Amino acid sequence: MSKYLILIYQDEAVARQAEGESVSASYQEFQRRRGSCLIGGAALHPSSTATSIRRDGSGGFAVTDGPFAESKETLGGYYLIEAADLDEALEIAKEVPAGVGVEVWPVRVAS
Amino acid sequence: MAGAGGQLMPGAARTEVAAAVADAHRREWAFVLAATVRVAGDIDAAEETVQDAYASALSTWGRSGIPTNPGAWLTVTARRRALDVRRRTATAERALPKLVSPGERGVDEAVVEGAGPEGEDIPDDRLRLIFTCCHPALALEAQVALTLRLLCGLSTAEVARAFLVPETTMAARLTRAKKKIAAAHIPYRVPGASELHERVDGVLAVVYLVYTTGHTAPSGADLMRGDLAGRGLELARMLRALLPEDPDVAGLLALILLTGARTGARLDGQGDLVLLENQDRSMWDRQAIEEGVRLLGASLAARPPGRFALMAAIAAVHDESGSWADTDWHEILGLYDLLLATWPSPVVRLNRAIALGFALGPAEALGELDALGAEPQLARYPYLAAARGDFLARLGRAAEARLAFEEALILTDNQAERRFLRSRISEPPESRGLPGQGESPS
Repeated sequence: MSKYLILIYQDEAVARQAEGESVSASYQEFQRRRGSCLIGGAALHPSSTATSIRRDGSGGFAVTDGPFAESKETLGGYYLIEAADLDEALEIAKEVPAGVGVEVWPVRVAS
Repeated sequence: MAGAGGQLMPGAARTEVAAAVADAHRREWAFVLAATVRVAGDIDAAEETVQDAYASALSTWGRSGIPTNPGAWLTVTARRRALDVRRRTATAERALPKLVSPGERGVDEAVVEGAGPEGEDIPDDRLRLIFTCCHPALALEAQVALTLRLLCGLSTAEVARAFLVPETTMAARLTRAKKKIAAAHIPYRVPGASELHERVDGVLAVVYLVYTTGHTAPSGADLMRGDLAGRGLELARMLRALLPEDPDVAGLLALILLTGARTGARLDGQGDLVLLENQDRSMWDRQAIEEGVRLLGASLAARPPGRFALMAAIAAVHDESGSWADTDWHEILGLYDLLLATWPSPVVRLNRAIALGFALGPAEALGELDALGAEPQLARYPYLAAARGDFLARLGRAAEARLAFEEALILTDNQAERRFLRSRISEPPESRGLPGQGESPS
C-alpha cells in the first residue's frame, strides 16, 4: 500500500462564502464511504488567513501575508489516503466533492 | 541455458547469429521486457537485464546455436538474471518503492524456472506494459517516448532523433517518466472493464501519433520517416493481437493499413510529393488495402463507429476508387459529417471543407475555409492556407492563390512539401492539387 496526499482546490470566492460552516454533507458522505482509506485530512480557512515564510538566504525569514502564489483557485483542504496504487488513489480522488479539482501527490516513504 | 529455448542448432555462423538477435530484438523485445518487469520489480532493472540477455545471446547463440524459440530463451535468461539481481540487492532495496510488490504477482522462482522450452508458461505481459507506458497520469510526449523505448525497443538516441530533440533531453524525459511510474505507483496492470474503453483510447492516440509522426514528418528532409511509421503499424498489429475483440483497435489498424497502402506512390523518383490526384494507383499495396477493408468491416460492426474507423472508411473510399475522377466525394463528405460529430476538431472541419469543395464546388469550400481562418488551432497549420490556395486557383483567382501558397510555405518545414508549395507558387493557372488530401484526416 502507498500513501497519497490529495490537495483539494476550490474557488476562493466560494470558499469565503462557506466560511464558518461545518463540513458539508457531500464531504461527510465521501468520508463515510471512503473512511477505510483515509489516514487524515482537514478543511482549511481561506487563503486570506494564510501566512508564508520564506528563507531570506542570510539566516533570517521573510514573513508575508497570504499563500506563496496568489490565484483564484486556492487550497481548501486535504486528505492523506492509503491506496494500492495510483489508479486506486485516482479513483478515490475523483470522489472528493471538490469545487475546482484535486491534485494527487505520492507521499515519500522514509527509508 | 539448455532447455530454455528448445532444440539448439550448433555452430551458427556469426552473421546468422547477429541477424537472429536483431530479428528477435524487433519481434520479441516487448514480450521479453514485459515478462521480465514482473520479476525485476521495476522497469529500469528489467530493461538492464533484458539488454544483458540480448548481449549474451550474441555470444551464446554463436557457440551453441540459435534456439528454436529465441523469445523464450531471451525471456528465461533475462528473468533468471533479474531474479539474481533482486536477491542480491534485496536488503538494500527493501525500502524502495517497487512497480510490482513481491507476493502481489508470482515473483518467485517457480514462475521463472517453470517456463517451458517452448515458452508456453511465460505469461504475455505486453498489455500490462502498454497500459503502464500509456498511463494518462504521464504527459503525452512521455507516453510516446516510453512506448517507443519500452515496447519497440528503440534506443534513447533513436527516440530522440524521431522527435527531433537532443538525446540528453529525451534521456531526461524518459528518466522523469520512469521515476513517476515508480514514485506514484502507476500500476503494472490491465485496467478493469469499467475503465478499459477510456484507457484503450489513450493507447490508440499514442500509437496513432507514432504513426503520423513517421508518415508525414513535421520537418526534415524526407516526407516520411518510414521506420517510425513502420513501428506504428507494428504497435497497431500488436494491439490487435492482444485485444482482438476491440473495434477501435481494429479501426486504427485498418486506418494505418489503408493510409500506408499508398506510401509507395506518394513520392516520385526525385523524392517529390505526388498528390493523391496524380498518384499511380497501380503502385498501391492491394494486399494492405484488402486487409484494411476487412478490418474496417469488423470495426464498423460496432455501433456507433469510432473516430479511427470513420477515418479508415474515408481512406478506403480513396483506396477503392479506380481513379481520382471516380472518387465518390459525396460519400466522403457524409463520412466527414459523421466524423465531425464524433471528433469535432478543426482539422476534421478543414478536411470536410475540402471534401465539400470536390463534392459541390470550389466556392462552397472557400466559404468554409475562410470561416476556419479564425480558428486559433489552425493559425499555424499549413494545410489550411494550401487548401485555400488550391480552391482559389481552381476558381482562376491566381494572384490570391499565390499569396495563400506563400503563407503555407512559411508554415511548413518539411522539405518535400516546401518544394511542392514552391512549384504551386510559380505555376501557370491551370495546374491543381492539394498536399495532404486523402491523408490522415485527424
